[in-house]
Amino acid sequence: MNALNLLITTTNKPFKMIQKTSHKKYWKTNLKYLTILLSIWFLTSYVFGILLVDNLNEIQIWGFPLGFWFAQQGAIYVFVILIFVYVYLMNRLDKANGFDQES
Amino acid sequence: MNVQSWTYIIVGITFALYIGIAIWSRAGTTKEFYVAGGGVSPLANGMATAADWMSAASFISMAGIISFTGYDGSVYLMGWTGGYVLLALLLAPYLRKFGKFTVPDFIGDRYYSKTARIVAVFCALIVSFTYVAGQMRGVGVVFSRFLEVDINTGVIIGMIIVLFYAVLGGMKGITYTQVAQYCVLIFAFMVPAIFISIQMTGNPIPQMGMGATVNDGSGLYLIEKLNGLSTDLGFTAYTDGNKSMLDIFAITLALMVGTAGLPHVIVRFFTVKRVKDARKSAGLALLLIAILYTTAPAVAVFARINLIETVSEKPYMGMPAWFKNWEETGLLSFEDKNGDGNIQYVADTQINELIVDPDIMVLANPEIANLPAWVIALVAAGSLAAALSTAAGLLLVISASVSHDLIKKTFNPNITEKGELIAARLAAVAAVCIAGYFGIHPPGFVAAVVALAFGLAAASFFPAIVLGIFYKRMNKEGAISGMLVGISFMLYYMAKYKLGWLGEIPPPDQWWFGISPEGFGSVAMLLNFMVAILVSIFTPVPPKHIQELVENIRIPNINNNAHEQLPH
Repeated sequence: MNALNLLITTTNKPFKMIQKTSHKKYWKTNLKYLTILLSIWFLTSYVFGILLVDNLNEIQIWGFPLGFWFAQQGAIYVFVILIFVYVYLMNRLDKANGFDQES
Repeated sequence: MNVQSWTYIIVGITFALYIGIAIWSRAGTTKEFYVAGGGVSPLANGMATAADWMSAASFISMAGIISFTGYDGSVYLMGWTGGYVLLALLLAPYLRKFGKFTVPDFIGDRYYSKTARIVAVFCALIVSFTYVAGQMRGVGVVFSRFLEVDINTGVIIGMIIVLFYAVLGGMKGITYTQVAQYCVLIFAFMVPAIFISIQMTGNPIPQMGMGATVNDGSGLYLIEKLNGLSTDLGFTAYTDGNKSMLDIFAITLALMVGTAGLPHVIVRFFTVKRVKDARKSAGLALLLIAILYTTAPAVAVFARINLIETVSEKPYMGMPAWFKNWEETGLLSFEDKNGDGNIQYVADTQINELIVDPDIMVLANPEIANLPAWVIALVAAGSLAAALSTAAGLLLVISASVSHDLIKKTFNPNITEKGELIAARLAAVAAVCIAGYFGIHPPGFVAAVVALAFGLAAASFFPAIVLGIFYKRMNKEGAISGMLVGISFMLYYMAKYKLGWLGEIPPPDQWWFGISPEGFGSVAMLLNFMVAILVSIFTPVPPKHIQELVENIRIPNINNNAHEQLPH
């Protein structure tokens, strides 16, 4: 993969086209990941923690009304997990495309 | 040993540590001064980002504000952490790939325009100066309360320390002192929280203690108990808020987007080696920040219950020493309105006799809970670490904006490396002096203006950077008009509805769409996006080399600038 990349960057037109399509595919997959992760980001903070907070507060888990827990605890845990999932997905994607070999 | 001796010892040791690190990590080149040479490890950068980000506001004020506003305080918890998701997913990796020194660098290059760069410098300076003045003030308050020096002397001591390691070490010095400051501040925040959690619930983990039952055998959950105490005194239940849902939504969004757009946070991601390191260190930074941010709401609950139980309907004469100490600072005041000698602490302002500044809750918490003297001293050292680390990061943004973006890139491109380094150091000295001046003579609007900093960052940088990466068609006309419209609306709204510069401040029922000035950043951000996209559609597409630049920053390893690949 890496050797191919080297070849691509150093040579002519048809290769450049291959490179372009592989870049497009990489970018599309990236955008797909972003859409999924940011939807979860929106759901846990804005939907669970704000819009539906009163409904969720009817449910009590341990000492926490659930909506209040999302707003003051849960959303933050989810944020941390989201970034690490993104790191994992992108590292995998970089590797599959040979983009992980940086100087 | 008493609190004051402990404070002198602990603060003294931490300051010596910061100065030692500064001497060890002096900057010799502009690259070291601006981005620490670009070789910081993801963990070190994560710690430095966390300390950079968590300011006096996070350490001292936030838990106190949540304590007094309950659910409404969630806007800070979600807003100041959720921004990191945006930063990690939408900005950090691409800006690292772009690989320059400052945020105006990106704006100026991506939008192939000096005007865009200067608009960005202007925004960076306003945001950073307003923010840094608040930090200096925080330093002054801690000094005056715990070391019993004059507030102004406190500010000057803080200035000298920051001056020393920011000017000497630049980004390199700041990075490694921030790593040390993170350790100090997180330890200082967690120790009292754990102590108090054990005292009140028997559970050593504050995040769980918050949801546990009270230790007094009543079987009542802590939050239930606090809701009961609050409503008995006429306050809203702790888990319900007073703000409208729309306003909570808008404030949270403005703080998130503002966080992602703050130049002193963004610039930290220029200091790591590779794109994947930028992503990873954003994750680590948020993890390290989350330790404090999930503990703060627990501290808020503990402190509120402790405060109510200590003062409500209790005789004034029987108050413990901390009460008197804080009265002297003016941050706590008692007026015996009904003359019964007891403290009535209730929601009704006609009857209420006690006024507590939210800022003292974290600082007074260990004393209210009767913790040992060294814990109290530790909290003082922690607040200083939080304030100084943020101040240093901001000062660097200011100095880089002046020496790199204004002098090198705009007015005098022929300046030598050595000359630019001298200019950067002089700019840092000037910035410290201005910040110190505002710390000693705080303009009345400092607290209000910190909210403005977030609104401004949200209204200016965030859309320009995101569009610059994700929308290839975005051109300079669109970006510049978007930023100008965003900032202007934000400044106008703050001036009118928060600062009262345009006549009397109108009452909240005249807010646009019912959105407070704190939340208006989200409206201004949307305006920026809309104007930028509309204008760009009717103006020429950006030149070919800019479109190629955008394609390049999207792919982690191709066509890096040749000089970036040379081993250092």
